[in-house]
Amino acid sequence: VKYVLLFVETEQFANDLAAMGPSERERAYDRVNEWFANHADKLRGGSKLKSPETATTVRLDRGDPVIIDGPFVEGKEVVSGYVEIEVADLDEALRAAKTWPGCPVVEIRPVAFESM
Amino acid sequence: VSDAVDAQLARVVREHAGHLAASLMHVTGDFATAEDLVQDAVLAALRHWPVEGIPERPDAWLFTVARRRGLDALRREHNYLAKLAQLQWPVQAEPDERLQLIFTCCHPALPRQAQIALTLRVVCGLTTAQIARAFLVHETTMAQRITRAKRKITDAGIPYRMPADDELGARLTEVLTVIYLLFNEGYLSTAERAQSRDLVEDAEWLASLLYELMPTEPEVGGLLALIRLHRARSAARFDLDGRLVLLQHQDRSLWDREAIEGAARLLARAAKQHQPGPYQLQAAILACHAEAEGWHDTDWDQIVLLYDMLLHLAPSPITRLNRAIALRYRSGPQAAMAELDTLADVLDSYHLYHATRADLERELGHPDLARAANRRALRLTANPAEQAVLRERIAWT
Repeated sequence: VKYVLLFVETEQFANDLAAMGPSERERAYDRVNEWFANHADKLRGGSKLKSPETATTVRLDRGDPVIIDGPFVEGKEVVSGYVEIEVADLDEALRAAKTWPGCPVVEIRPVAFESM
Repeated sequence: VSDAVDAQLARVVREHAGHLAASLMHVTGDFATAEDLVQDAVLAALRHWPVEGIPERPDAWLFTVARRRGLDALRREHNYLAKLAQLQWPVQAEPDERLQLIFTCCHPALPRQAQIALTLRVVCGLTTAQIARAFLVHETTMAQRITRAKRKITDAGIPYRMPADDELGARLTEVLTVIYLLFNEGYLSTAERAQSRDLVEDAEWLASLLYELMPTEPEVGGLLALIRLHRARSAARFDLDGRLVLLQHQDRSLWDREAIEGAARLLARAAKQHQPGPYQLQAAILACHAEAEGWHDTDWDQIVLLYDMLLHLAPSPITRLNRAIALRYRSGPQAAMAELDTLADVLDSYHLYHATRADLERELGHPDLARAANRRALRLTANPAEQAVLRERIAWT
């Protein structure tokens, strides 16, 4: 089964990251890289996204397309990236998500079908 | 008479529904399909058996109905159909796959209410209508809850298998919580929902099934002992007018001594593993009460000690309140009141906090404060049996 792990950052997390010294930040990145290495056989792609201030949202349900600055939900928790993994079942996806060192919230969604 | 028939039907269905679900699951590999077929068979049984009598082999009867329904309903799905057609009675029963069934129903990715409803439906063979009545929820609401949960099991890929060893502890805790909540729901509603299904019996049955399947897990034994110790005293919990009788005033000759001794042995066996847990400790506290000849023979030192251990493993303000009550009988009302003062904020909306406070105020010679606290408690509970006790206290303070 394929799942997308949606990585969600909180304000607290962003502040903590900003407050880190260089070596501490280095270690944090190392942990993330290690997670990627450990899950390499299951990973099917993914991306880290730029910060939510860079987001633009287009609404198509209000007549003409409306272009809005910012992410579609304004809030303290924002999607910061995603990976797609292929595993046997939800328990394996949960196991991967539980060890994710990169941000404090992970949403797991099964992939319904692939568009390309 | 009808109650006895109902109870017997419930027992027979419960004994076989889970097995049937497990064997259908084995064949179809699809949780929702297996679950639907079991429910169909159970509904058919509840229609036929009261009229025709319970068949000699209820399991074969349920199996035959489920298989026929399955062949009918799955005509278009060749994959299932071929597998189902192969399925012959008697199905291979070993090993007991109901454990997998329980772990799937209680998967942490499902909401708590759905875990409870699914477990009742799939493992105990309750109908949606019975579950809805027991939880005072509209039947369509309950049906939606179950449908949503089943869809999630299929769509999200919730597995049908035993959790991995390193996850077993956390997953078992989840299962025990479901059984414990089920028990509580049934236990606290005895008076007001006389017509509904006896969930306490289902909870005990589930706990004993789990004990049979996982005999070396001490907390499973602890939960079963806990439920049995509560049940052993149930004849003394209400008086002839249906009013709640507090432990202190219960007629202990009505307690089931044999059941108490059995539960105490169960608990002793669990304790031999030297892995104390919240259920074992709560059961041990109950055993202290159950084994005391009279209220005045209660070993309060031991009870306070057990509460200390329980708080160490599972800190909770309600447990601290219960410890304070024990403390009152060991060290006096002043000591208990000092404890209560530290809980005033967290338990401000908990009726038993105020009822306990009222009791202590009365004992310390403050009847006005006692009445006010009892009134506060009365406003905070919706349970008619508890309301009756509080009204009486207000009148007599």
